[in-house]
Amino acid sequence: MNEVKNPVLQIDKLCVSYGKVEALSNASITVGEGQIVTVIGPNGAGKTTMLSAIMGVLGSAGRVSFDGTIEAVPEVERMVARGMNLVPEKRELFGEMSIEDNLVLGAFQRYRMGHRDQARTMDEVFELFPRLKERRTQLAGTLSGGERQMLAVGRALMAKPRLLMLDEPSLGLAPLIVREIFRIVAELRRRGVSILLVEQNARAALQVADYAYVLETGQIAMQGPAHTLADDPRVIEAYLGLGGKHQAMLST
Amino acid sequence: MDVQIALMLAQDGLTNGAIYALLALALVLVFAVTRVIFIPQGEFVAYGALTLAMLQGGSMPATAWLLAGMGALVALIDGATALRNGQTQKLAGVLGWNVGYPLGLVALLTLLPVKDLPLVAQVVLALAVVVPMGPLLYRLVFQPIASAPVLILLIVSVAVHVAMVGMGLLFFGAEGQRTPAFSDANFEVGPLMVSGQTVWVLMASLVLILALYQFFERTLYGKALRATAINRNGARLMGISPALAGKLTFFVAALIGALSGVLIAPITTIYYDTGFLIGLKGFVAAIIGGLASYPLAAVGAVLVGLLESFSSFWASAFKDVIVFTLIIPVLMWRSLTTRHVEEEE
Repeated sequence: MNEVKNPVLQIDKLCVSYGKVEALSNASITVGEGQIVTVIGPNGAGKTTMLSAIMGVLGSAGRVSFDGTIEAVPEVERMVARGMNLVPEKRELFGEMSIEDNLVLGAFQRYRMGHRDQARTMDEVFELFPRLKERRTQLAGTLSGGERQMLAVGRALMAKPRLLMLDEPSLGLAPLIVREIFRIVAELRRRGVSILLVEQNARAALQVADYAYVLETGQIAMQGPAHTLADDPRVIEAYLGLGGKHQAMLST
Repeated sequence: MDVQIALMLAQDGLTNGAIYALLALALVLVFAVTRVIFIPQGEFVAYGALTLAMLQGGSMPATAWLLAGMGALVALIDGATALRNGQTQKLAGVLGWNVGYPLGLVALLTLLPVKDLPLVAQVVLALAVVVPMGPLLYRLVFQPIASAPVLILLIVSVAVHVAMVGMGLLFFGAEGQRTPAFSDANFEVGPLMVSGQTVWVLMASLVLILALYQFFERTLYGKALRATAINRNGARLMGISPALAGKLTFFVAALIGALSGVLIAPITTIYYDTGFLIGLKGFVAAIIGGLASYPLAAVGAVLVGLLESFSSFWASAFKDVIVFTLIIPVLMWRSLTTRHVEEEE
């Protein structure tokens, strides 16, 4: 069990099924305040499904408790309003809009609730991603893969989330960019954002995370502090391999 | 045909074209955000014009009761949902907007000497009755089936159109109405007489189009609608709910429709079913823009207006045929020039 003093997110026996096929069964995980928790596992293990269910994009059975309040069935708009944010695997940017507009829309729910600090938050995001500032008027659809990922993360940060969920942030990116992304993940934790990170790049994810879960065919197969799991022979055999030390470099 | 007649026809065409442009913009907007091909757009034109006519005739417009009825239904549905989820704090808002507003409006219409009010006030009241039906319509009809395929949405859209025309006949009767012009001024431009109402229509359309442009480019809610049109999932993850976007879109569409109706009521006689034909011409213009491009739709609308007025001079019996036939070469050209692009990841 991930024993933490202030859990931000606690999910208990979460189940999701597509018709008769159960994609996720009885998954229970905890993310503590200021923690990076990673969920690793092979393709099709149900990682994305789990994030979608927590966010309320998919229907689910079980209990999701966020920030101390239980949501029987999470609803996307409510979860965003309460400070949860998902950066999906597909990024889902607004391609025909400028970087600036994409960012401003990230703060839509905050604006609706009466907050008017978008300009300051945007400066903070630009500080984290100077590349985005240089291209602020460029259309999001014209960006490179790495810049898209930065924009997706920046857009989520505009909502000032308490919990940021990242779905495969390194997918399809060049090694140097992956390294940059993981450096930003670590930097975000320093700023007090709790992070739930779903990754196939297990080595880099375990390096940066505090606690880790291994998801296999819809079930939590293993869990433990990230550095312990990184030394576990089963994890090494299945996810890390023996010779691939260069991968760990990505998160340093 | 001499120059004077040509100028007169052009003026007519431009005036109608301006209205078609507004309707085309509304159709493109509604389709982009909600994927609904909004056939009842024209009914809002008729409802707007005829509600104004009823107000001027000194009677309580039956549309006010329709508004109250729709509001009560929405209050029932949303109120029950809020109670079931234990969100009692939402209840006041639900009741206030859906029951309080229509009843307040009915009370206002009863108390005020509506018949003797200045025209501007009457127009505002007519809009206050008709425009809120847009978001209510979305809530009642389209929100429950928001994720249905486009074809289902189109079929439902046709059903709404038929229902609204039927209710129009019930509310307004079979006679046509014409409202007094906004201004009696006439301007002589060279050989041409330009009526004040023409100027009003052109100016109002232009102002409305510019206002819409500002709304979509500058305000966060406008950007949120554009974002929903571009990427529904992405917008949802930002907390822009499809229901909110849908209601806002239908509000804008209803506003455009009712305002168009109020603007043309002094130029043409409006019957309960006139809206459909006007809406269809806006639709032709929207198709010219591929249901996606606002500027092309606006240009298409002016083209439709001009074609209509000139064909009414040469072959008045065929003017609608000519306008609607325009859609065939446009569709041919579109299907030949656009390549189908697979959704790229």
